[in-house]
Amino acid sequence: MTTVSQDPPRAVAPRLGRGSASQKAKRDWTGWKFIGPFMLIFAFVLVAPVVYSIYLSFFKDQLVGGNSFVGFANYIQVLGDSKFWESLGRVSIFLVVQVPIMLLLALFAALAIDSARLHFPAFFRIGIFLPYAVPAVVATLMWGFMYGIRFGLVANINDFFGISLPDPLSNEWVLASIGNIVTWEFVGYNMLLFYAALRVIPTDLYEAAELDGANHLRIIRNIKLPALRPAIVIGTIFSIIGSFQLFNEPNILKPLAKNTIVTSFTPNMYAYNLSFSGQQYNYAATIAIVMGVATAVIALVVQNRGSRKEV
Amino acid sequence: MKIRSTRRLRRGAAALTGVLALGLALSACSSAGGSAETGNADDIAKALDTETTITVWAWAPAVEQIAKDFEKEHPKITVKVVNAGTGNDQYVKLQNAIKAGSGAPDVAQIEYYALPQFALSDSLVDLKGFGFDSFADKYTDSTWNSVSLNDGVYALPQDSGPMALFYNKAVFDQYGIAVPTTWDEYVAAAKQLHAADPTKYITNDTGDAGFTTSMIWQAGGQPYKTEKSTDVSINLQDEGSKKFADTWSQLVEGGLVSPITSWSDEWYKGLGDGSIATLTIGAWMPGNLESGVAQASGDWRVAPMPTWEKGQAASAENGGGGDAILKQSKNKLAAAGFLQYMNEGDGTQTSIAKGGFPSTVADLNNDSFLNYESPYFGGQKINQVLVQSSKDVVKGWQYLPFQVYSNSIFNDTVGKSYADKSDLNTGLEAWQKATADYGNEQGFTVKTGN
Repeated sequence: MTTVSQDPPRAVAPRLGRGSASQKAKRDWTGWKFIGPFMLIFAFVLVAPVVYSIYLSFFKDQLVGGNSFVGFANYIQVLGDSKFWESLGRVSIFLVVQVPIMLLLALFAALAIDSARLHFPAFFRIGIFLPYAVPAVVATLMWGFMYGIRFGLVANINDFFGISLPDPLSNEWVLASIGNIVTWEFVGYNMLLFYAALRVIPTDLYEAAELDGANHLRIIRNIKLPALRPAIVIGTIFSIIGSFQLFNEPNILKPLAKNTIVTSFTPNMYAYNLSFSGQQYNYAATIAIVMGVATAVIALVVQNRGSRKEV
Repeated sequence: MKIRSTRRLRRGAAALTGVLALGLALSACSSAGGSAETGNADDIAKALDTETTITVWAWAPAVEQIAKDFEKEHPKITVKVVNAGTGNDQYVKLQNAIKAGSGAPDVAQIEYYALPQFALSDSLVDLKGFGFDSFADKYTDSTWNSVSLNDGVYALPQDSGPMALFYNKAVFDQYGIAVPTTWDEYVAAAKQLHAADPTKYITNDTGDAGFTTSMIWQAGGQPYKTEKSTDVSINLQDEGSKKFADTWSQLVEGGLVSPITSWSDEWYKGLGDGSIATLTIGAWMPGNLESGVAQASGDWRVAPMPTWEKGQAASAENGGGGDAILKQSKNKLAAAGFLQYMNEGDGTQTSIAKGGFPSTVADLNNDSFLNYESPYFGGQKINQVLVQSSKDVVKGWQYLPFQVYSNSIFNDTVGKSYADKSDLNTGLEAWQKATADYGNEQGFTVKTGN
């Protein structure tokens, strides 16, 4: 697309005359032909829906009064919508608490497996990774049953030890309970990400470090962690996106905790319920775009900071 | 976690279907005949003698069989019955199809509480055009009132849910508790039962919009008023609403209701083992008890709904619904023929046989129906209680033209009161505000309070 826009319009630049005309005739379209099929699919499944969402966000379709162009009114409304900010605040808390815990656990697991001090490292690797292979829906249902204070694992523990654990699905604990599910699901994935990065470190670095008398902690601090930095940045970005898009876990737990998981629990749930049970497609599209932009900005900041430290 | 991408896809698909719908709409103009919105019995009969396929969205278990019987009687008609989800799930799909301009069925099952939303948004055919308003006397007042909106008739009632008190007699006998006839007695019984055995509760409740509106209905509240289809007023603090909330708050605040959600596995278990001792619910419940709580056979009985004033019988409808014809339908006459067969003709018997509680006066007053001794209920003639309830339904109730959405946010607002075990009035006020905000957002003029 850049080549097209760089081409000077003929009417504006008549001085170039024949030279530019012959240049144009010679243009080689082979490259476009190669990426054409991709561009077509890309345009259909990614560009078109985004453009359509942006288009939707400038309108307001009401049950009474029909459809009308409203300019930026939807965006202004989002900025003043307490439900939206509440849901954003909720996933932000989730982000700053759950993501570090998950990444530290993953880091620890990756370093432990890489340390060659474990028996059966493959067993641990698979074991920790396995939850990632369980579909989020199944995982959440399973945890939902365990969280039950009258029929689930929590109930059994309470009965067995004669104690009374707090209800994992109560107002105070529900976010932590969801964080626990997400951590369980994604530690393995991040562990694998880190482990792969550790495996590509040349072994002669370790040999040199050992000759210099470095102990294991020293090796971790001065060789492994710096080498892991790009992987950690990637893991963090994925987790930020995942947190902001939190949907499956709370949505599936909702029937079990309908009074604590509100319809605007996360921004995505809010947008989903607005559009599919409230018919406010335009407003939902606006929220989706605002969230998309916010996620992109935060991911970009993290990426910049991450790579700057590396230098 | 991947919802964003699928939603984008869906939007893309919506754009595509929009384009397709336009094409269909244009081509539809050229086909004439069955799409007329009015017609007499002859027109309907003619339409039923023409090769036609109609689609019906319904989840009522009887519809499948009714469709088969109907096809036998009218071999040229093919009826495609689709279960597009129960209740809200189906309404979401229906609303989306209406918005997309295509994809809606010819006939759809719609509960009474959701009917105003579809009728007032001009998505349903006024059945007066087929002369169906002459059926008024065949249905109970409350169900006919529910389908008559804005001088039109927008559905034919299929079943009804006059409320009654279902109670576990074994539990009441064990603790020597009298069956409550007023709500004050009910609260007293709740305290007595829970004190006698802390594992037992008078009922379960985690906040249910349908139950709450029905209770307010019985208490004489009229929180929703709609005029000229767009002027709406909401007052969830009117006398009836307050009466309900003040009384029910005692149960919620005192932890006297079991925090189990209806229709969950736990709920059926609780109904079976006596830990949930009563249900105040629609007359369609017996079939659910028989199939879902078979182990408690013989324990349960039915009594009239407790009242607010001793001796003054009053009840309300809880659930139940009818079937409507969509404006989008291209075979409205054939659809009308099927609708009539299903809810006015022979189909009603199939509905009743499959456990639906009738809305037709003749069936309600049928001797064998009234005198049926239910073995599950220890031989009690339960239909006598239930039919009486259908006659005692308080008049004048209206639902909102956006009740479906309002009910979907019930637990966001009133749910807080349940979660905190606090005053339900606070929750009702929050619900009123959120509902009014939505209504105004959708172009209605919503007044709240008095």
